[in-house]
Amino acid sequence: MIAATAAPLTFSAYSLIALLFQFLNSFGFIVLATVGLAIIFGMMGVINLAHGEFILIGVYGTALPFHAGVPLPVAMVGGVVAATVFGVIVERAIVNRFYDRLLDSMVATWGLALVVSQLLLIVFGSSLDSISAPMGSVAYGPFSSSVYRSVFLPLVAVAVLAGLYVLFTRTEFGIKARATIEDPETARAMGIDTDRMYTITFAIGSALAGLTGALYAPALGSITPNRGSTFLVEAFVAVVVGGPSVIVGTLSAAGVLSVFNATGSFLFGTFIGQMLLLLVAVVALRALPNGISGYLDDWQQRRRVEE
Amino acid sequence: MSGPLGDGSDHKRSDLDARSRSVIGCVRDRLEGPNTIGDSPAFWVGFAVAVAALAVYPFTTDPYTIIQSSRYLALSFLALSLCFIWGYAGVLSFGQVAFFGIAAYAFGIIGINLSSTVGVGVAVVGAVLAGTLSAALLGYFMFYGGVRETYVTIMTLVVTLVLNTFMAQTAGSEWAVGAAQLGGFNGMTDIPSLTVGVGETALVVEGVGLYYALLVALVAAYLGLRVLVNGQFGMTMVAVREDEARTTTFGYDVPFVKLVVFTIGGALAAVGGVFYASWGNYIDPSVFGIAFAALPVVWVSVGGRESLLGAIGATLAIERMRTGLSSGIGPIGSEWALVIVGGLLLCVILFLPAGVAPRLDDLTGELREKRAERSQSTATTEEPAE
Repeated sequence: MIAATAAPLTFSAYSLIALLFQFLNSFGFIVLATVGLAIIFGMMGVINLAHGEFILIGVYGTALPFHAGVPLPVAMVGGVVAATVFGVIVERAIVNRFYDRLLDSMVATWGLALVVSQLLLIVFGSSLDSISAPMGSVAYGPFSSSVYRSVFLPLVAVAVLAGLYVLFTRTEFGIKARATIEDPETARAMGIDTDRMYTITFAIGSALAGLTGALYAPALGSITPNRGSTFLVEAFVAVVVGGPSVIVGTLSAAGVLSVFNATGSFLFGTFIGQMLLLLVAVVALRALPNGISGYLDDWQQRRRVEE
Repeated sequence: MSGPLGDGSDHKRSDLDARSRSVIGCVRDRLEGPNTIGDSPAFWVGFAVAVAALAVYPFTTDPYTIIQSSRYLALSFLALSLCFIWGYAGVLSFGQVAFFGIAAYAFGIIGINLSSTVGVGVAVVGAVLAGTLSAALLGYFMFYGGVRETYVTIMTLVVTLVLNTFMAQTAGSEWAVGAAQLGGFNGMTDIPSLTVGVGETALVVEGVGLYYALLVALVAAYLGLRVLVNGQFGMTMVAVREDEARTTTFGYDVPFVKLVVFTIGGALAAVGGVFYASWGNYIDPSVFGIAFAALPVVWVSVGGRESLLGAIGATLAIERMRTGLSSGIGPIGSEWALVIVGGLLLCVILFLPAGVAPRLDDLTGELREKRAERSQSTATTEEPAE
């Protein structure tokens, strides 16, 4: 999933640059894989187990128009729109019945995931042609890194988080949405349509999943209906490590995890990188049961009490 | 404590004295309680008939079907394990297949390396221990960290997916434990069958023999779990499921209870894994795959998460249906099997959240009540006439 730069271990300036690019690559991947899931989890408490399939719809929504001759950026918009529309339908038809039964919502979305990925297999066959990554790559010493994956996507990831920060802190929608999470009943009493807030939040989460799919469609290699699960491990681990706060959680988890993932992948290959992720997650679970952002919240509150 | 505890136990006490005189009454008393469905004599007659039917089944069909049915029985352990931890302690795990798979691989590794009849015995014990201990280890990290319930579900799934990645990349010859090649995507072959006895007289358990071994083990596991969930520990489990905070204030060690439950669940899954590996003499990484991990959740949701028997019944029915679909019986091909299974899960969770078995129990209960009402109302109308 992450291109391993298999090279002899000579620690030169080049390998430090390569490690940096690997880190950026991991960071972008983890942030983008997580952010759609984290929004829906952080705002509604619902873990969308069909998250991988939402991303997959973004991938297919991009790849199909692209192969039909649409330019890539326009095709990507198609992927985002497809995932958003799908998300709204799913929220209205299924998820909104489960807001007070969180475990059941996981089971339901899992059922959905099975159906969606299998239907994609039946309708579009076992794979679509791959899309070559734009922007080429830079070579330095014995290494080369893809500009698209190691520079462009991490920048997009940061931009997405910044955009979400503005959306949730500076706009009327954001204030209403945060009021809805904090205290749905009072929010309703103040005249906020909480049902609508949930639908919009779910739509934003789906759109971001679609965006991830669209952006990674040219970076996946062959496009198959089980590609959704390539995003799942990173996304789930990041949500567990990050905790319930969307922006702080995602950012801190992606930062910590991609250090381990990038170093592991760079030194020993992608597989060890992924095992390290799991190890970090299990230890984090024991030490910080509410994730990094949960721990920060506790710490802040304790400080406030002391003052 | 929780609702179910107070319901039936009082009036039960009164007729308990009369019943406990007989041995059957004594046994029934251990097996029955507020935590299981099916306490009537009619239920036990039905249960005996069903077991008898499964016992004579091999005489009515061909060897291939029996081998297929053995597979369903092995998978039923997986269903029991999830039903036990999810239905009775409220811990939803998507990773029971991990312990199932770990045990299957461990059985293969030990069995291949100790290729003797004693070796198979060691392999069974070692494999069940491996599955059980992995569950205990993961459970320790999750429950003693005090993580929230949704995190438990995610972590179990992540562990399973990472095991899938791990086993899938063990294709090279360097990935071998002694004589046992892990085999990557192609899986591990030549896993020994179960044997009974030692040396020359040892009996290889396969075909019809394996079917009966599985049937006996499954009935024993079912009855054992019934005793457990209706006993004191079962009451504690249900209390944890209903209200963790309140159970803690009563002085129970909730993380410990959950750890024990999760470990027992892991052991059950491990037993299934051993049977599964010896059934096919083969295991591959798809046991850790997302499609296989989904199946226990489907069986248990459909059968009814609070009904052990429902979970077993749903496993047999759904797996029979999948076999039917994949061999092309019916109008549509095998690729639709997963769509149907996923759709079934979605429909059940939307429209029948408790599952099929509890709903059936409700229906028979309603029927009985209506009948009782009718006889009562005829009695009251007759009274004035007297």
